[in-house]
Amino acid sequence: MTDDLASLQAETETALAAAADLRALDAVRVGVLGKSGSLTGLLKGLGAVPAEQRKERGAALNRLKGAIEAAIEARRVVLDAAALDARLAAERIDVTLPPRASAPGTAADGGIHPIARTMEELTALFGAMGFKVAEGPDIEGDWYNFGALNIPDHHPARQDHDTFYLPEVDGKRPVLRTHTSPVQIRTMLSQEPPIRVIVPGRTYRADHDATHSPMFHQVEGLVIDRGITLGHLKGCLIDFLRAFFGIADLPVRFRSSYFPFTEPSMEVDIGWSRKTGELGKGGDWLEILGSGMVHPKVLANCGIDPREWQGFAFGMGIERITMLKHGIPDLRPFYEADIRWLRHYGADPLAPATLHEGV
Amino acid sequence: MKFTLSWLRDHLETDASVDDIARTLNAIGLEVEGIEDRGAALASFRIARVIEAVQHPNADRLRHLRVDIGDGRELSVVCGAPNARTGMMGVAALPGEFVPGTGITLKAGEIRGVKSEAMMLSMREMGLGDDHTGIVDLPADAPLGASYVTWAGLDDPIIEISITPNRGDALSVRGVARDLAAAGLGTLKPWSAPKAAAAYKAPLNWKIEDPRACLWVLGRAVRGVKNGPSPKWLQDRLVAIGLRPISALVDITNFFTFDLGRPLHVFDVAKVKGTNLTMRMARDGETLTALNGKDYALTAEDGVIADEAGPEALGGVIGGEHSGCDETTTECFIECALFDPVRIALSGRRHDVRTDARARFERGLDPAFLPDALEAATRMIIDLCGGEASEISEAGAEPAWKRSATLRFERVASYGGLDLPADESVARLERLGFTMQARDAASVTVAVPSWRNDVASDLSAYRAGGGALAQFAGLDPARAAKAAEGCAAIEPECDLVEEVLRLGGLDAVPTVSLPTSGVIPPAAFTPKQARAALARRVLAARGMQESVTFAFMEAKTAALFGATPDALRLVNPIAADLDQMRPTPVASLLLAASRNAARGFADVALAELGAAYRDITPDGQAAVAAGVRHGATPRHWAEASRGVDAMDAKGDALAVLAALGVPMAAVQVTADAPGFYHPGRSGVVRQGPKTVLATFGEIHPKVLEALDLPGPAVAFEVFLDAVAEPKRRKKGAPDLPAFQPLRRDFAFIVEDKVTAEALLRAARGADKALITDVALFDVYRGKGVPEGSKSLAIQVTLQPREATLTDAQIEAVADRVVAAVAKATGAVLRA
Repeated sequence: MTDDLASLQAETETALAAAADLRALDAVRVGVLGKSGSLTGLLKGLGAVPAEQRKERGAALNRLKGAIEAAIEARRVVLDAAALDARLAAERIDVTLPPRASAPGTAADGGIHPIARTMEELTALFGAMGFKVAEGPDIEGDWYNFGALNIPDHHPARQDHDTFYLPEVDGKRPVLRTHTSPVQIRTMLSQEPPIRVIVPGRTYRADHDATHSPMFHQVEGLVIDRGITLGHLKGCLIDFLRAFFGIADLPVRFRSSYFPFTEPSMEVDIGWSRKTGELGKGGDWLEILGSGMVHPKVLANCGIDPREWQGFAFGMGIERITMLKHGIPDLRPFYEADIRWLRHYGADPLAPATLHEGV
Repeated sequence: MKFTLSWLRDHLETDASVDDIARTLNAIGLEVEGIEDRGAALASFRIARVIEAVQHPNADRLRHLRVDIGDGRELSVVCGAPNARTGMMGVAALPGEFVPGTGITLKAGEIRGVKSEAMMLSMREMGLGDDHTGIVDLPADAPLGASYVTWAGLDDPIIEISITPNRGDALSVRGVARDLAAAGLGTLKPWSAPKAAAAYKAPLNWKIEDPRACLWVLGRAVRGVKNGPSPKWLQDRLVAIGLRPISALVDITNFFTFDLGRPLHVFDVAKVKGTNLTMRMARDGETLTALNGKDYALTAEDGVIADEAGPEALGGVIGGEHSGCDETTTECFIECALFDPVRIALSGRRHDVRTDARARFERGLDPAFLPDALEAATRMIIDLCGGEASEISEAGAEPAWKRSATLRFERVASYGGLDLPADESVARLERLGFTMQARDAASVTVAVPSWRNDVASDLSAYRAGGGALAQFAGLDPARAAKAAEGCAAIEPECDLVEEVLRLGGLDAVPTVSLPTSGVIPPAAFTPKQARAALARRVLAARGMQESVTFAFMEAKTAALFGATPDALRLVNPIAADLDQMRPTPVASLLLAASRNAARGFADVALAELGAAYRDITPDGQAAVAAGVRHGATPRHWAEASRGVDAMDAKGDALAVLAALGVPMAAVQVTADAPGFYHPGRSGVVRQGPKTVLATFGEIHPKVLEALDLPGPAVAFEVFLDAVAEPKRRKKGAPDLPAFQPLRRDFAFIVEDKVTAEALLRAARGADKALITDVALFDVYRGKGVPEGSKSLAIQVTLQPREATLTDAQIEAVADRVVAAVAKATGAVLRA
């Protein structure tokens, strides 16, 4: 670089450093790169340079132009940030001021999400049967989500779970719980039987299409006591389903099935019409939940002697029963927070689910 | 798994209808996924003969047929098919019949002056394929007038069932038949292996180099085979269940897989290098080109079948391409092996290979059914492909699977809820193949059949299905031992109870409502859970729409809102923008507000009760009641619309805290909110120096820019875990003085930096006995107030208790207020 260019660069950099605000910065830019700016002048004068030096001189000028533009941009970022800081400082308010006496909206504008509403109803109905609500973390250890529930690493059932994993810690991969069943384990480890809990909560599976969401909600039920039989399981679920859907004679069918953590296991269907979607009528069956007597291994894994205690567990999808109850056709909008959908399906916050007012 | 009704009837003597079979399958745990009755829609179509085909007199492209439909009638048919010719046999539909491929019900008519009284059908018109090049051209010996579907064998419904992971035995037509027979739907037909004589010495020998690779294996060669296409009946069966016929040898192995649940593999002897087939673990760097054409890099944990050249099959999972049989094969070697189910499951998953063989081996198959299966397969190969069989080569041994289980009869009622006579329990078990070993009044002990790996599985050396006990590490050892002993004692019995109940259908179990300990149940919620429910209602009642959003989001966006440790980044996210566990629900809600704004709904108020994730421990998941308001308040004649501001968010947060029983007098606000807030317009609500109850404020303009939100936007977080359980004490007596309160207003001029809270606190403290309330009612800057200062006006409520206050007393209190405020804040009374 020739001396004149080097000194132009040095001068410009000094001027930029001295520019205290965006206006000053712009003045520097115009002075160098503007129509009659110093560098612009040199570029214009390129034609007068002898042909054999022109190429080299032109390249040097362009390099300098690039360097100055970058320096201006860098300074602009600094000044922008300073300007923003100054603006934010000037905008400071007294945050200790008491807020307004009333909210910007009213109960009529707001709403309870249908999933939360269903959870409230579940709590009211199972609460009447003596269940308490238990909760657990979304991020679980492998043992809680699988091993303790009699799902060893090689089990074919693991494939059906499409598990989300987090980075390995001490040789083990934490998972996003694939079901609410780990809370069965946490409950049995933290309290002595008899146990009667439901566990509504978020669950996660790596599956995303029209009928599957990577995050969804389940409610788990667990009853451990003396003398609890499969008959109680059936009674409990039929009582719940008929009350929840408000159909006193809702047909309920129990089919033998298999889950690693229950034995015998059964799937539960309710009667509906495939054609109209109407529940309780039509002669078709719709699978709605899985259940069974708690497997002796699951009890023993938690230190409970299965000769003394026995019971049942069940799990169902909260979105599924919500969609059925309210005729909501599509799963995906549940998680999109589309204000139009929320206003349409949201429940009245002043009318919580209570048995005496009707669920 | 799929099978046809006629296939089932090969094993099951039954008159039951398809509907009865489906109902029973559902009841006993073999869930019906679907029934396809291909023939039902075509039942009325009959085989017809074209007596004569001539050119249509008035149309170049049409032909006029005279058709004999077999009942003595001769019909005139106009037809466009180029292949219609005199004397051909085809399929006819008559007026009034529905033609599925066209979607119309046929009507008699006239086409260009010629009567058309029937229709000759193409395959596509019958919905049986895409062939529409011409009408169906049947062999000359097709029976005139007969039902086409019957003649074509299409009146055989296909039943598809899903098999749960415990029922390897039901992954075969015979296994399904056995279950149905046991459930009372017919009789299982006897089956015995037809023998094949050995004519020469086996050309290949089995070696088990590593017992992990294989438990037991039999093999036998057949030489002089001709491996052409398999017969039509076999091809039809495979096609019906969705398999592609390949060649007789391959089709036979597939048939055994589905018919008897016994996967087999056939090697082409000519392609095997050396005279040994070795069961061993794969070596580093070995690969296998499998029958599906894919290459697999094997690991030391994979069991393989190898010859001198290297692995020829991933044992029990998939065969190799190189040594498989094709049309040139003249000598084949049948492999009939037993593998460790766990190893098959892990190998299959490791390489993501899903085959019919793997599905059976990993669930476990009948560990005793190797010699008979090999005999039967040999026989079938000789029958279909010719040739003669070698002697049998064998390695390993039948595992010790024999075991028994005991059922106390009363457990069917006390566990299963069904009162069942002991004889019926025993009969059900016997129908399933359990054999009685001992019986007394209270119990029966049965031998478990070899194919039921799911029953008393811990007692079998051939372990399939469920896992070993996996007790919690922190259990008291004595307690753990007792529980383990109880499990060992009771688990086989639970297996038997399940079998007994299953066969009768669970609908037979009487329902009993759950007994409750009292008429009035205790609260289902803990106090903390009740607080969360209340928070949700408070926010909705303030006009917010409760939302549910994903707990994970794009890491780059999450980073705008707080720490995004790698430990909270999903290893296998479903999408790149859903990989980071969020630091706060505010992030998700702002994204939601942005989506709403993009749809033309900029003015939203969204709340969520959700988690914020700090680390992977249970305590690292914070329960947060969060909310976001964006845009402006509604336009209304009585109240002007305005943009939302930090005080709206503060109002939301304080409303929640107040509802949850937080003593509001003890709450302080500091101006050190997280970085996603506007630094000058946000605050932290604290209770004492350590407890952060909430944050609130306007969103930082940089965050708005990053999320493409026009703004203004405000947010809050209330940390529900931080809210202490309110003290549940009876309220004291109310303060109901006999004297009227009086109210005095004061306006102070203070420096801008003085907070309202400091001034209010000072005023309240001026006379704790007399002053019951202090409220700020005006903030003013401008004319009359010096630059850099503001005027704060408060109303102080004085409550006399003994007597009406005198002017002097009032004056004295007022002086104390002014002095206290001045001392605390440097304020002066506004002139």
